[in-house]
Amino acid sequence: MADGLTKSAARNIFYGGSLFFFLLFAALTAHSHWYMVNVSTDSEGLTDSVKHGKEVWEKNMCINCHSIMGEGAYFAPELGNVWERYGGHENPEAARSGINAWIRAQPLGIEGRRQMPAYDFSEEDMNSLIDFLEWTDGIDNQDWPPHPAG
Amino acid sequence: MKYETQKVALPFFMVAMALFTLQIVFGLLAATVYAWPNFMAEVMPFHIMRVSHTNLLIVWLLIGFMGCTYYLMPEEAEREIHSPNLAYIQLAIFAFAGVAALVGYQFGIHEGREFLEQPFWVKILITISFLMFLFNTSMTLLKGRKTAINLVLMLGLWLAAVFWLFAFYNPTNLAVDKLYWWWVVHLWVEGVWELIMASLLGYLLIKMTGVDREVIEKWLYIIVGLALFSGLLGTGHHYYWIGAPGYWQPIGSIFSTLEVAPFFAMVVFAFTMFWKGSRNHPNKAAMLWALGCPTIAFFGAGVWGFMHTLSFVNYYSHGTQVTAAHGHLAFYGAYVMLILGVITYAMPQIRRVQPYNQVLNMWGFWIVTSAMCFMTFTLTFAGVVQTHLQRVLGMNYMEVQDQLGLFYIMRLGAGVAVAVGAIMLLYSFFGPAREQVPAGGTQITAGAGSA
Ligand code: HEM
Ligand code: HEM
Ligand SMILES: [Fe+2]
Repeated sequence: MADGLTKSAARNIFYGGSLFFFLLFAALTAHSHWYMVNVSTDSEGLTDSVKHGKEVWEKNMCINCHSIMGEGAYFAPELGNVWERYGGHENPEAARSGINAWIRAQPLGIEGRRQMPAYDFSEEDMNSLIDFLEWTDGIDNQDWPPHPAG
Repeated sequence: MKYETQKVALPFFMVAMALFTLQIVFGLLAATVYAWPNFMAEVMPFHIMRVSHTNLLIVWLLIGFMGCTYYLMPEEAEREIHSPNLAYIQLAIFAFAGVAALVGYQFGIHEGREFLEQPFWVKILITISFLMFLFNTSMTLLKGRKTAINLVLMLGLWLAAVFWLFAFYNPTNLAVDKLYWWWVVHLWVEGVWELIMASLLGYLLIKMTGVDREVIEKWLYIIVGLALFSGLLGTGHHYYWIGAPGYWQPIGSIFSTLEVAPFFAMVVFAFTMFWKGSRNHPNKAAMLWALGCPTIAFFGAGVWGFMHTLSFVNYYSHGTQVTAAHGHLAFYGAYVMLILGVITYAMPQIRRVQPYNQVLNMWGFWIVTSAMCFMTFTLTFAGVVQTHLQRVLGMNYMEVQDQLGLFYIMRLGAGVAVAVGAIMLLYSFFGPAREQVPAGGTQITAGAGSA
């Protein structure tokens, strides 16, 4: 294969081409960063509470059972749109208390059903966490997932 | 083994294999929970098993890469390792950090982003150890002979360290967080790690087939060129649904489809060199791994990756068991088999004996490889059913999962077979060395003279 190509030519193509594609990729990433901050996410609504909610999410490693916007584990339901699933678009108060009640009800202890651990969140942590999920649901992500089921 | 300091690799291989064993144990636990959901629910919830499983994988692969590099570098650079003591210290730091993270997870001490859950100070220790490793191997390279093999390898390792730094950046905006998270995860496995893979394969092929270095090194540059030209913009296949602009759908689809090319080229490369080769290398088992690795990587990364990489397919399959299926076979083919192959090649030389336990090793190869394939198939079936019920028909997640029980039991069965095969491999590496020549001798070694 590629008999006309010498080793040093192959090497130069590799270095030059990789640099080119890296710069292109970095530029598009920079634009995407700008786009996320200014267009697709609600930067104004990214309150201290939402930030704290993300910390609660990370501190409890929810990502190793659930997915969020399709990334994470596949053991438990998608949570990027849980706000929508609980009817948050129509009735925010009901969604908030519904999610709260679900988390507080753990563990369900039903035989043969996957278990979610119990979390002893303070009211503040709980509210922040739900603010974070609400904020995430608001991200404009090309209409994924296809159904509210997640 | 021409150089005394190549034996530095041995403790790296031993630690890597110990952690590999633990990885499988946690995988089995997690798979058991999938089959029997109440299993250990109080003592060790699923997320702890999973984080242990995935982190052990990453840590042992990195330690494995280091061992492979220490083994290869003296021969390629034609001089001894700069400082063997530095290597042992750096291994101790890395192993300590990895084990400390693992123990911490059992007590809920961790950060919270997938694969990057290591506490901050563990990340720091990992960084320090990796820099010591890079210093040690780069010094060896600088003072020694520079070949395409060791240059590409070191470039891959340095870039892996550079992209790792994004693990320290955790923006509060979840979308931006994900944007850069992939700069570690994707740019590792579908970018710079492919440089490591191609150069280690090239090394094995030079040693075992005796094909001219010029030919192999030209191939190497072509392969790694294909990898980065496609893999950088191919990151776009993770930017479809996280709040990034819509242009990633065409860009990600096209370039990630092209990512199949380097994996395909590695298959052609390995088999061409194998047929061309004139050397009848006695380590048949290592040759088997050197051919098996690109083959399974092509299926796991290439075929299974392509299956769900086009944006209009991924819209439905994103984040289902299809992803888990692909993740398993891709990691296994490309990186697990690579390191197991180098270990198979290196161990007889480190122990200064003729290739030993070859038949056992090959049994291990076939059992682990077919079990990983079977696991991938069951997860793929589960994923397709899940995609249809949940993403097309809109059925509730938990109800869909109730339909998938049989697949999860079969996955657990496959996992048990992986464990059996892995034990055979470990025994073939580290157990008493018995001379064993595969029956029929030469079929596995092709070349000018043999048919
Ligand atoms: C050795 C190379 C590769 C490895 C180790 C690998 C591994 C993985 C892993 C572990 C994930 C899941 C990440 C997560 O947790 O969200 C993933 C996702 C993905 N990979 Fe790969 N991969 C490789 C190559 C490829 C290639 C070549 C393609 C395309 C042809 C590909 C296409 C994808 C896609 C589309 C996803 C996203 C799946 C989703 O939407 O849920 N991968 N890969
Ligand atoms: C005994 C064999 C194994 C079993 C039973 C097993 C089981 C599992 C389970 C249950 C999960 C969690 C899936 C979820 O999130 O719902 C998982 C994740 C994962 N395992 Fe394994 N595993 C095994 C071997 C391996 C091996 C050998 C590798 C590396 C090649 C590997 C790499 C991974 C990766 C990368 C993930 C994350 C996947 C993703 O995010 O898409 N596993 N495994
Ligand atoms: Fe990727």
